[in-house]
Amino acid sequence: MTARAPREKRDPLARKKLCHVSPGQRSRAMHAMAARAAMGRFVLQTCTDCGTATYPPRDACPKCWGELVWSDQDNGATVLCKTMIRVSTDLYFRDHLPWRMGKVTLDAGPVALVHLHDALEAGERAEIRLMLDRGGNAALFALRPGERQAMNDPQWREFVVPVQGRTVLVSDARSAIGRAVVEALHRAGAPLVIAGLPGPAPASDVTDALFGLDGVQAVPLDITDSVSIAEAISKIAGPLDIVINTARHVRGGGVSARGNLVEQRRAMEVSALGLMRLAQACTPLLAGRPSGAFVDVLSAHALSGDSQFAGLAAAEAARFSLLQSFRHEMRAAGVRVLSVFTGPTDDQDHQAVPSPKVAPGRLAAEIVDALANGREQTCVGEIAADAMERWLSDPLLYAREKNL
Amino acid sequence: MNRSRAAYDGVVVCAPVTVPYRRFSPEPAHWWAGRAMRALRDATGFGPADFDGFCFSSFSAGPDTAVGLTQHLGLSPRWLDHLPTGGASGVMALRRAARAVQCGDADIVACVAADTNQIDSFRHSLATFSRFSQDAVYPYGFGGPNATFALITDAYMREFGVTREDFGKLCVAQRANAMSNPLALQRRTLTLDAYMSARAIADPVHLFDCVMPCAGAEAFVVTTPEIATERGLPGARIMATIERHNAFPDDSVQLRGGWAMDIDSLWGMAGIGPSDVDTLQVYDDYPVIVAMQIADLGFAEKGKVADFIRNTSFGIDGDLPLNTNGGQLSAGQAGAAGGFQNVTEGLRQILRQPLGQQVPDAEIAAISGFGLVNYDRGVCTAAAILEARQ
Repeated sequence: MTARAPREKRDPLARKKLCHVSPGQRSRAMHAMAARAAMGRFVLQTCTDCGTATYPPRDACPKCWGELVWSDQDNGATVLCKTMIRVSTDLYFRDHLPWRMGKVTLDAGPVALVHLHDALEAGERAEIRLMLDRGGNAALFALRPGERQAMNDPQWREFVVPVQGRTVLVSDARSAIGRAVVEALHRAGAPLVIAGLPGPAPASDVTDALFGLDGVQAVPLDITDSVSIAEAISKIAGPLDIVINTARHVRGGGVSARGNLVEQRRAMEVSALGLMRLAQACTPLLAGRPSGAFVDVLSAHALSGDSQFAGLAAAEAARFSLLQSFRHEMRAAGVRVLSVFTGPTDDQDHQAVPSPKVAPGRLAAEIVDALANGREQTCVGEIAADAMERWLSDPLLYAREKNL
Repeated sequence: MNRSRAAYDGVVVCAPVTVPYRRFSPEPAHWWAGRAMRALRDATGFGPADFDGFCFSSFSAGPDTAVGLTQHLGLSPRWLDHLPTGGASGVMALRRAARAVQCGDADIVACVAADTNQIDSFRHSLATFSRFSQDAVYPYGFGGPNATFALITDAYMREFGVTREDFGKLCVAQRANAMSNPLALQRRTLTLDAYMSARAIADPVHLFDCVMPCAGAEAFVVTTPEIATERGLPGARIMATIERHNAFPDDSVQLRGGWAMDIDSLWGMAGIGPSDVDTLQVYDDYPVIVAMQIADLGFAEKGKVADFIRNTSFGIDGDLPLNTNGGQLSAGQAGAAGGFQNVTEGLRQILRQPLGQQVPDAEIAAISGFGLVNYDRGVCTAAAILEARQ
């Protein structure tokens, strides 16, 4: 392999810089806002009686005491005033001073305090993004109108997961999805992508152009085997910033009819227990990093049972559940846990499934985009988006109609 | 509504006491409240059995409220109040106690504010201050009140043309007033140069715009003229009061406070105007709030607060003696006691019992309070006009 970017050299006994997270106490209403922020939406509460939009989140409309519901809103705003905070008693913000914040009037009506992009001044127009902060809570960030990213603003980088300059592990790089992810991360500027290759290794691995790329390192990795995971991680000479779990075992079949217990056990081993093994092994490395992240690729079948893919749906549902628990565990360490839901992908696993199918390259691009925007939950493709929408609005109905 | 308000007949305010502040104290708020009661006893001769009314304000007495304090301090009042309104609590205690005494629900009311300041307690009390703060303020850099008032100051300066030099003049004058107050925590000379070149805390708020949190207590007594006379206690009568919460909720930035809503009621009830006031004691956690009170209470012409500051001297012997003990900026901010300091200092000046230098011929004091940044602004405002009783 040719020369890569120089690795960080560290004294293993040196005291590590502690990674603090932003203050975490929130009201129930604010958590509801965060749940919507996780999906990349810009929402405010509006009154069902008088229509007034309100912020900060309340439990009654301040104009008429009507019921409040969450609704998507225009994210335009005008900056009213600003400050640069140079002193803070909070350990997280002390590490990131000075911190620029301001106040805006939202086009939707209310005023709000916001994290302020370093180029925005009082009187100027802004576009407000509803993000999740390092503690996993909802926060408003003002960018210049039309600006999608602000990677040069150190404050913005606290809300997203930069890929440039970071080391990434892809758990299964042999699948079509995994290959696309390795390639997309490499293109996005990750200087080292560790490509995990489950056995048995075919002879073509040696000559595979993808694994021969400068900055891509292939390692044997079987996430159904703890020893294999430990060995793969021990081969990473340096810090690990991002883990992308692409592993899964897709097979059709029902519960009684065409149910194959051997395949089912394998699906559980990969989707559910595999996630646990990988999470346990990677957590200590991710927790020490300034913007560690764990991305999990899930089948949209995780949301509800499916008579055609009963085993896969059950395994992915278990995975979905574990992922929610894992996200909560990682909050205190400031490690983001991102879910990427996908419908059937255009690969060997879904040869019998009709279109629309998600191209692996598109899935990989969406993963890079989710990282770049710090988006906790992403649905890739029409089928996953449709499944999520139906599930969110009426999970019992969705379980019936999915199997009609 | 044009219903006229009843005058505060049959009410006297007396016995302003201050328990000397300390930057940090290992003692809890209860200790400071106890010291305040002892100081009231020394000033009036009233013991635990004499007080039949008790009004308490504190941020650091938790888990206790005024209820716990009655047992703690051996009081059996027939009238009890607990005020969570911080910087506005002094005037609010005054007007509540006054109506209780006037109507006969109580005869002798102790109004007490006490707070401790242990190492790190400021950070703790900040972190649990209000729900809106937790949801929508702290996550944005956790600058505390410095950041909130920086935003207000930034907007206020642009709106009214007030400069840092103008704020500096107020702070420098207050520090000069503190020189004669032996209880002020900060009595080193402050020059305008030092003010201007101080380090930024949250632009445009700089070091000398910020108060120093400390431990301390303030208290006074509200009773009837008969009882005051019998005990030989000098006292003041209440000419007028106002109080307002969450005024102008649709103002996008707080460029005015509740005083602006109730100013006519205040001066109308008092029967005098701002020019009749001998000394002004305002809440001074950040000079922008001092300027706002000067404007909203009618001391300055509407929109011309910058000119007023430039053309007025605020020393003890000046045109408008302002925060004559040095204010919280120099005396220190002892939590809720910071909201009582304006009442006790105003009373002292008109009762001729100053801690330091006496305002010449002081008869009438205007007192103004401001408290509780729940989200993006101070929610509670109050004001009172007191006149020395002949």
